[in-house]
Amino acid sequence: MKKQVLAAIVVFFLVGAAAYGAFFVAPTERTMGPIQRIFYLHVSSAWTGLTAFFICFVANVLYVIRRQPQWDWLSVSAAEVGLVFTSVVLVSGPIWAHPVWGIWWTWDWRLTSTLILWLLYVCFLVLRTLVEEPERRALFSALFGIFAFLDVPLVFGSIRWWRTQHPQPVIMGGPGSGMDPTMWWVTFFSWFAMLALMTLLMRARYVMEAARGELEMVRHEAEAV
Amino acid sequence: MTSRGSSPTGIRFENIEKRYGGLAALRRIRFEIEPGECVALAGRNGSGKTTLLRIAAGLVRPSSGELTFPSALGTAAGAAPVASKTEAVRAKATAGFVAHAIMVYDELTAEENLLLFARLQQTPNAANRVEKLLHEVGLFDRRDSLVRTFSRGMRQRVAIARALLHEPSILLLDEPSTGLDPQGVAWLAATLRQLRDAGCTILMSLHGESEISMLATRAIRLDAGLIVADTRSGAELRSILTFADA
Amino acid sequence: MSLFSSTSALLGKELRTEFRSRELLTTTVVFILMVIVLFSFTFDPTYNESRRFGPGLLWLAFLFAASLMLQPCFLREQNNDTLSALRLSVSDPFAIFLAKLVANTLFLLFTEVLMLPVFAVLYNVPVLRVLPQLLLVFFLGSLGVSIAGTALSAISAQARMRELLLPLLLLPLLTPVLVSSTQVTIGLLDASPYIEWKGLGFLVAFDVVFLTLLWLLGEYLLEE
Repeated sequence: MKKQVLAAIVVFFLVGAAAYGAFFVAPTERTMGPIQRIFYLHVSSAWTGLTAFFICFVANVLYVIRRQPQWDWLSVSAAEVGLVFTSVVLVSGPIWAHPVWGIWWTWDWRLTSTLILWLLYVCFLVLRTLVEEPERRALFSALFGIFAFLDVPLVFGSIRWWRTQHPQPVIMGGPGSGMDPTMWWVTFFSWFAMLALMTLLMRARYVMEAARGELEMVRHEAEAV
Repeated sequence: MTSRGSSPTGIRFENIEKRYGGLAALRRIRFEIEPGECVALAGRNGSGKTTLLRIAAGLVRPSSGELTFPSALGTAAGAAPVASKTEAVRAKATAGFVAHAIMVYDELTAEENLLLFARLQQTPNAANRVEKLLHEVGLFDRRDSLVRTFSRGMRQRVAIARALLHEPSILLLDEPSTGLDPQGVAWLAATLRQLRDAGCTILMSLHGESEISMLATRAIRLDAGLIVADTRSGAELRSILTFADA
Repeated sequence: MSLFSSTSALLGKELRTEFRSRELLTTTVVFILMVIVLFSFTFDPTYNESRRFGPGLLWLAFLFAASLMLQPCFLREQNNDTLSALRLSVSDPFAIFLAKLVANTLFLLFTEVLMLPVFAVLYNVPVLRVLPQLLLVFFLGSLGVSIAGTALSAISAQARMRELLLPLLLLPLLTPVLVSSTQVTIGLLDASPYIEWKGLGFLVAFDVVFLTLLWLLGEYLLEE
């Protein structure tokens, strides 16, 4: 218990430091002004969301091979935490876009792909609510998770190809094009802080899911007697 | 009725467990069926009979434990756990399975159904084998009718013909007499007797005593996934089978 | 070799049962027809407008129709527990999927080809000059839809709310198919037709990835 409180405090300070970096350390972007500072939250959440979905995918594969409920618990924790971070991306994107381009939503390929990614994992969780028997639920959601994750490169690739075919507003020429090195450092530090937050949330969710799984088992056994 | 007399095969359950979530459908199932035995499984609904049969057929993967098919020669045919592919394939090749549902297509005729499954099982001389089986189960005259139009008794005959396509040395039946009229039961009993006498190992779940339960040379009673009785003696056998299934 | 013979035997069964009842094909054709007609109310279907919106609505109609048509694919096998009989009989469970997905591709292609002239007439788009190319897109797209749809219908058949679940699982997964086949079709229906090779590439990639996945994971989808 003590360890977890300590971990939470460390994560709190890491995220605080990342926010400080975004607001006070990184230089102000020339054309977009201070609103660009949301970039650090936006991009680091996107990367963290993808990391969580990757963990979910690995857990899915391991479940199909090993059939141990632990991997199922990890996969649902990772999917939910990944969805939280992806939601941050989908909310912070429009907040950033509105003052810069005057519109809330743009069908930019990154934002659009992220929306599909978000939908895929929402469906992953919906599927879990519709299969009663725990082992079947774990197996089916693991298989769907594998399909979904391997679909992601195709989704990103095809949407990117489609959206870049037609002229559209330029949204900074992608990260890396003439970005100040300090900006890079702040971005990476934010990602690191978000990863720490992700680990903390995922662990908490995993403990909860494990308890739920065991409770389900005990309840079944009690019913059987 | 022909059965693969050349290598009579038994079934060995070694500590089979099956859990659905937390619910244990089968617990510590440990027994061996000798080649050529005719075993009746008794027990109330939900006691695990169907699960046991489906595990023996290779349809359900046990949560733990091993299933092997020792041959009459005393050599265990593969000691690999049933989860492994080879053993599952072996179960498919050995056992004929008559489930509670009839396992054939309503939209196909009796002959089309049998030909389809014969081709899938790569039965040599499929057309001849199917024709012979249709005669044996007494459906030759109705071979071109859709199974949908069949009576319950005729449906069960198709189901049994399908299970016998590959001349199995083990036959697994899940409550085979359900819904059959007295003539149907008599036919089934005669068919099973022929198979048993030809050396086929039979494991069937039953409830109540009937012409079919008379064939059993051994009875096993399941309760809540556990074996609670197992006997080969005549009197005890009858009592296990007629035990009130409240 | 046994994979091929099992698949062809099973494919024969799928086609025979469907052509005996024709229930899937008729309902799907009527459904697509209805969507095509109803869509014409949402914009003015002149030649220029149709070229921009037509391909997208056509593919959306195909996708929705497929997500309904694939529904009974594994559900039918539950009626008499025939799925268990298949699992006991075939040496490679991939044959079960292969036969079903080939049958579904054929059914989809059939309805699409039947609907193409209707679409061309109602929306004033010339299709004859690019017919072979269009058929190629239809084939690659329908194959992708059938592969993913057959796999997921094995899942949805064993869940609650299965009628809603299949479209829910299938449609987001098919985003690459929708995007690519729509773009290729737009190119083909242009005043000066051209082939979007990259779009065809995405379609092939999708088909290959999901066919491989199905080959690797198919047997788990059928587990009891």
